[in-house]
Amino acid sequence: MRFDTVIVGGGLAGLIAGISLQKAGKSTAIVSTGQNALHFFSGCFESIQEAPQQVLDIFNEAGIRVHYKPGVRLMPMGTFKESALSLDDVSLFPTPQFGKRVLIINFMGYHDFFSSFLAEGLEKQGMECRIRFLTLGELTQPELGPNEMRAVQIARKMDDVWEKVVQEVRVLLKDEDTVILPQVFGLKDASVPTRIRQGIPAQVVFAGTLPPSVPGIRTQMQLKKRYEVLGGTYLMGDRVTGAHVYQDVVQNVVTKQLDRHYLEADHFILASGSFFSKGLVSNPFKIYEPLFELDMDYNQDRNTWYNPTFANHQPYMGFGVKTDANLQPSRKGVPVKNLYVIGSILGETHPELGSGAGLAIRSALKVTELITK
Amino acid sequence: MDNGIKFQEYTESTYNFEECTKCTVCTAFCPVLQVNPLYPGPKQAGPDGERLRLRDPNFFDESLKYCLNCKRCEVWCPSEVKVADLIQSARLQYDTTPPKLRDRLLASTDFMGKLARPVAPVVNAVTGLPLAKTAMDVMLKIDRHRTFPKYSASSFEFWLKRRRKEQAVFSEQVAYYHGCYVNYNYPQLGKDLVKVLNALGVGVQLLDGEKCCGIALISNRLTKEATKNAKHNVSVLSKAVESGLKVVTTSSTCTLTLREEYPSLLGVDNSAVKDSILMATRYIYEKLEQGAKLPFRADFHKRVAYHTPCHMQRLGWGIFSEKLLRMIPGLELTVLDSACCGISGTYGFKKENYETSQAIGEQLFSQLRAIQPEVVACDCETCKWQIEMSTGFPVMNPISLLAEALC
Ligand SMILES: Cc1cc2nc3c(=O)[nH]c(=O)nc-3n(C[C@H](O)[C@H](O)[C@H](O)COP(=O)(O)OP(=O)(O)OC[C@H]3O[C@@H](n4cnc5c(N)ncnc54)[C@H](O)[C@@H]3O)c2cc1C
Ligand code: SF4
Ligand code: SF4
Ligand code: SF4
Repeated sequence: MRFDTVIVGGGLAGLIAGISLQKAGKSTAIVSTGQNALHFFSGCFESIQEAPQQVLDIFNEAGIRVHYKPGVRLMPMGTFKESALSLDDVSLFPTPQFGKRVLIINFMGYHDFFSSFLAEGLEKQGMECRIRFLTLGELTQPELGPNEMRAVQIARKMDDVWEKVVQEVRVLLKDEDTVILPQVFGLKDASVPTRIRQGIPAQVVFAGTLPPSVPGIRTQMQLKKRYEVLGGTYLMGDRVTGAHVYQDVVQNVVTKQLDRHYLEADHFILASGSFFSKGLVSNPFKIYEPLFELDMDYNQDRNTWYNPTFANHQPYMGFGVKTDANLQPSRKGVPVKNLYVIGSILGETHPELGSGAGLAIRSALKVTELITK
Repeated sequence: MDNGIKFQEYTESTYNFEECTKCTVCTAFCPVLQVNPLYPGPKQAGPDGERLRLRDPNFFDESLKYCLNCKRCEVWCPSEVKVADLIQSARLQYDTTPPKLRDRLLASTDFMGKLARPVAPVVNAVTGLPLAKTAMDVMLKIDRHRTFPKYSASSFEFWLKRRRKEQAVFSEQVAYYHGCYVNYNYPQLGKDLVKVLNALGVGVQLLDGEKCCGIALISNRLTKEATKNAKHNVSVLSKAVESGLKVVTTSSTCTLTLREEYPSLLGVDNSAVKDSILMATRYIYEKLEQGAKLPFRADFHKRVAYHTPCHMQRLGWGIFSEKLLRMIPGLELTVLDSACCGISGTYGFKKENYETSQAIGEQLFSQLRAIQPEVVACDCETCKWQIEMSTGFPVMNPISLLAEALC
């Protein structure tokens, strides 16, 4: 089967590249082994200091509600982080003092939302906090079963009963100016968080839970849908296992499920993610890119790979595939002519493109431009 | 230097379960977990449970029977854990209660077919009667809402055998694994395939005595019987493959069973034949891609919605059916968001599963009600029963649509 471009990896980077290439009239396919880092997405796009119209358009057209407002956002443990672009689920404030009195709502039996850490953190900022637990019939044992309560299971129930939560919160609300709720709303319908805000007569802030991330899953579904509406072919649950490279030009890629039916294209994009997604692999001796065996940018001395203090910046997170200014990689020093590398597999090798979601989006748009030129 | 890589190869676990990073992605998509609180979900039933079961088989949990074996967890898992295989193999290995009479009956698609076919009108009439349905519901716990697939009075094998000579004149030949459904319930699909392949200049042969693929035996824990069928099928498939034939199929579930479940769940080696077993839509797409032409009618017009059956999704071959449908002039195609229809073979026929089954299907049914297609296209026969029963929209295999669109 032949396409203009075949993309390996369907995370944020692969999807943004796929969508913008389809918009430019190219035919593309994305092959992806299962899901990606969007399932753990906080809702906030890291390292985006400005918001180009092109990026806002992609999100708007996919029905993803984002807002651009440089400032800080509340983290799940009650601390703050500088941010500028986020999903509407996540509030951005000019300063950490976003309220005076705060009502924090949790669900009885739900352990993946850290209400007391949140309260502690906010009290440090001089806010007064009160925590209340809601007991909803929909979230009791026979309804949710023997599984632990997880964000997605709760979110599924909330899709039907979020109005009930609004009513309960209205009853509980005393003189608080702010209400904090866990991020478990609007799995199917991105407008629910906004409607909850309209229903509660106070400022409403949604705070992160342990994974999976409800806004992240929704965003992934919306981007994939948009990509398919634009005519893209998304091969979910398949893995690229190899490629045929002839005279430094990638001819096709081989997948596990399509076996002898190769996917051919003029251009190929590698968006297979970092260690977590197996875009990069490490063993006791080396760190490598398993698909094309591309040249890597990393320190060979294993002792320098990690910092023994877990919470510190870990050097291995900086390692990535070595590419030129056009994000093109090489093998044994020889450039591969029609291959591009985007997203977190780049590590921190291109600081000018940022990190996290910012890197995924910027590198995807840059490569789209190069391919469509 | 490369010792490290070998080391990782040696530590590969059964069904890859140690690769599980506990990321919870699978739990977000399991269709049963969304509607049935009794089910522990793919993560707990699969890799988490396996750790415990390996330690002590008493950790086996009977609720694993609620798993549909739809394989969607495997499609979404970023770490390629064979979650559904883990669950099914645990059921085969640890559940020691004897399968119920009802489960045996439902599982014996071949046997029921052979038994019913000569008296098809009678069986159809009887299984359709309200009294018989109530009796089945009460005594066998087969849900009364279900309509049994009709049995055809004449089998597909009988039909094709009578045409052996006219098929032999084609210079190119394929063997067709038709499965029980085409043979006993819906020979028309087989006839449609013959029409399309003949139009491509390809003659169709039967295998030398195929048996039911055995998926229903597997899901009802009739391991011995399933393994017997598997060995038999691999041997007749080998014969065909050795003589240079490709084997085409029209059911995604039969295909997944022949290609994946035999080695994975039954330990039956199919490596000699696996690569030669292809869904007919893939076989035909590849022919057209290589330049073959089909004589399409000019006056064909249909609004079609394509539903990717779970096992087609797992095979990763929905793309072939979709691209093939798009090649039909006059066919207006909508591809549905892939969602399980809820029936999963014999699962939905069981009284205890009826509600779960319908609740799961709702995601798909509501899409169909919104689109109002003339026809739903789909490569699975049990989906066909479920969608037709639940929505009233007619369901056709892509091959039958193709046949209808030809001159
Ligand atoms: C737990 C976690 C939380 C994060 N949270 C945030 C956040 O809140 N904000 C932020 O800005 N950034 C966050 N990030 C950073 C994140 O990496 C980026 O934001 C971005 O989502 C990365 O996208 P990607 O497409 O490059 O890679 P990924 O999302 O990792 O996607 C790569 C995909 O490629 C697939 N793949 C790999 N190899 C193959 C193959 N051979 N064949 C087919 N498919 C293959 C993988 O299965 C995967 O689906 C987080 C990262 C992690 C790990
Ligand atoms: S998706 Fe895969 S890795 Fe994640 S919890 Fe499920 S089985 Fe484990
Ligand atoms: S096979 Fe289907 S029903 Fe079974 S655990 Fe996986 S997703 Fe759930
Ligand atoms: S999948 Fe095919 S062969 Fe197997 S039981 Fe069903 S109809 Fe019979």
